[in-house]
Amino acid sequence: MVTRMAMLLPHIPTHQRRLLPDRRLSGPTPWIIAILMMLTLLSAATGLALSQSANQLGEAIAGRVTVQITTANPAKRAEQAHIFQQQAAKTPFVLHSRMVAPSELQATLGQWFGSEGEADPALKALPLPALVDLDLAEGDRSAQLAQLGKLVHGIADNARIIAHAEWLGPVERLIRSLTWVSVLMVVLITAASAAVVIMTARAALNTHFATIEMLHMIGATDQQISRLFQHRIAIDTAYGIALGSVGAALILLVIRWQWSGISSGLASTATIGAGGWLLLLALPLLAIALAAVTARQTLLAALKKMI
Amino acid sequence: MTAPRSVRAGSAMVEFDGVGLRYTPEAEVLSDVSFALQPGSFYFLTGPSGAGKTSLLKMLYLAQKPSRGIVRIFGEDLVAMPRHRLPGFRRRIGVVFQDFRLIPHLSTRDNIALPLRIAGVAEADLAGPVDEMLSWIGLQERAEAFPATLSGGEQQRVAIARAVIARPQLLVADEPTGNVDPDMAIRLLGLFEALNRLGTTVVVATHDLHLISQVEKAQMMRLEKGRLSDPTGVLRFPPTSG
Repeated sequence: MVTRMAMLLPHIPTHQRRLLPDRRLSGPTPWIIAILMMLTLLSAATGLALSQSANQLGEAIAGRVTVQITTANPAKRAEQAHIFQQQAAKTPFVLHSRMVAPSELQATLGQWFGSEGEADPALKALPLPALVDLDLAEGDRSAQLAQLGKLVHGIADNARIIAHAEWLGPVERLIRSLTWVSVLMVVLITAASAAVVIMTARAALNTHFATIEMLHMIGATDQQISRLFQHRIAIDTAYGIALGSVGAALILLVIRWQWSGISSGLASTATIGAGGWLLLLALPLLAIALAAVTARQTLLAALKKMI
Repeated sequence: MTAPRSVRAGSAMVEFDGVGLRYTPEAEVLSDVSFALQPGSFYFLTGPSGAGKTSLLKMLYLAQKPSRGIVRIFGEDLVAMPRHRLPGFRRRIGVVFQDFRLIPHLSTRDNIALPLRIAGVAEADLAGPVDEMLSWIGLQERAEAFPATLSGGEQQRVAIARAVIARPQLLVADEPTGNVDPDMAIRLLGLFEALNRLGTTVVVATHDLHLISQVEKAQMMRLEKGRLSDPTGVLRFPPTSG
């Protein structure tokens, strides 16, 4: 492990480092890497939050159905709903059943009507359906829905069964698609970062060709020469990665602070979680390792072309 | 020019046998070059500009492989030699370039110390040999100076010190006196002779006939249009000991 780390970020004695002129942070590489690292972290954070949101939504809608009873007579409607809820609760595949209180429906609609609670007579006059929420166990969903339909239609023939997965499923799929777009962006930006490192390594070889040729002529091995450049490129990219990470961290902290004020709806499910933060912390380290490996392979491949 | 013949296998330090070199599909830069260099000898390589001297020297200091033929250095076939073994052989060869090729951001001391550092000599063991070299080339006072502040003659002396500090078995110099005045050329040649007396085989490419006349025991190779002339035959058929 220690040997591998030494290969990635080799220690070069000061007198050997001086074989290349000091020009740290004078080129564009650290700045380009900083921008790409920031974009990588922001894309990764977006992907993690979307993934969390999709997972939570998926779990929430997977077995959830709402039975809607629309009998015109309010008293009969409530009675039918009550009977159905009682019978549904005894069904083996129903994990949980709950009557949605009319006040809950009115409170929801009140937000749209601009009313406050149950005091609005117009809201109270609305013919609201009776709703029963059911959570179903995993199993043959079509058979379960058919059995529930048979049960509820025996009680109220105009009842409707609404499977949440049917109308929230497309939203979940959209969120998952956006997650994959984020993953794709992370991969592409990482590839672009590797390309920048490759170009930097090649440019460094061209710039110092005379020195390299001389070092070869006096018996330096490819490994000795590549270590010099690898060390320099690792330092340049590490500066860029650190800068980009700090920038991304600041942006994410601001977003997190703003997000903390959101307590309802889909947005509240878009969190990163402890594992996600750990992954985001690991990304800069992985980026440094990737840069070092890319630089090493590029340099060795280029040096092998010389005699 | 006679047809190339195989060099006699023996204790030669360098053997070229029917060597040809081309950089492009057109005419060869070197054609049918065959010779053998003996340990401890002193050779001048002469010829007009464009005759192929630098190309021949490049093969001698392992910077170029031949297009055809056999090149043996220290008894090993250069063409068949795996790349990872080249550095070990290069450390046995010192090279002096006409344009010095000093590393501009390193001091005189660091330029001279470079081959030893590459060979992995500890820092504590560097001062002695480097000071000895500085004294040998008469540049103790300029030890911390950078190449840009040195005269042409001083730069060439630093280049020579760098080439010989690791005590190479073979020293190859490409027009080493091309950029210095005649007095300095004679002084530099004295350094090569001194090294040769210590047992190093020396090959100096030059077209300075006056310089050639200064070293009595030197043998001469002449290149013309990529072909080697060896009127005495001593290069291809050297005398064997015993």
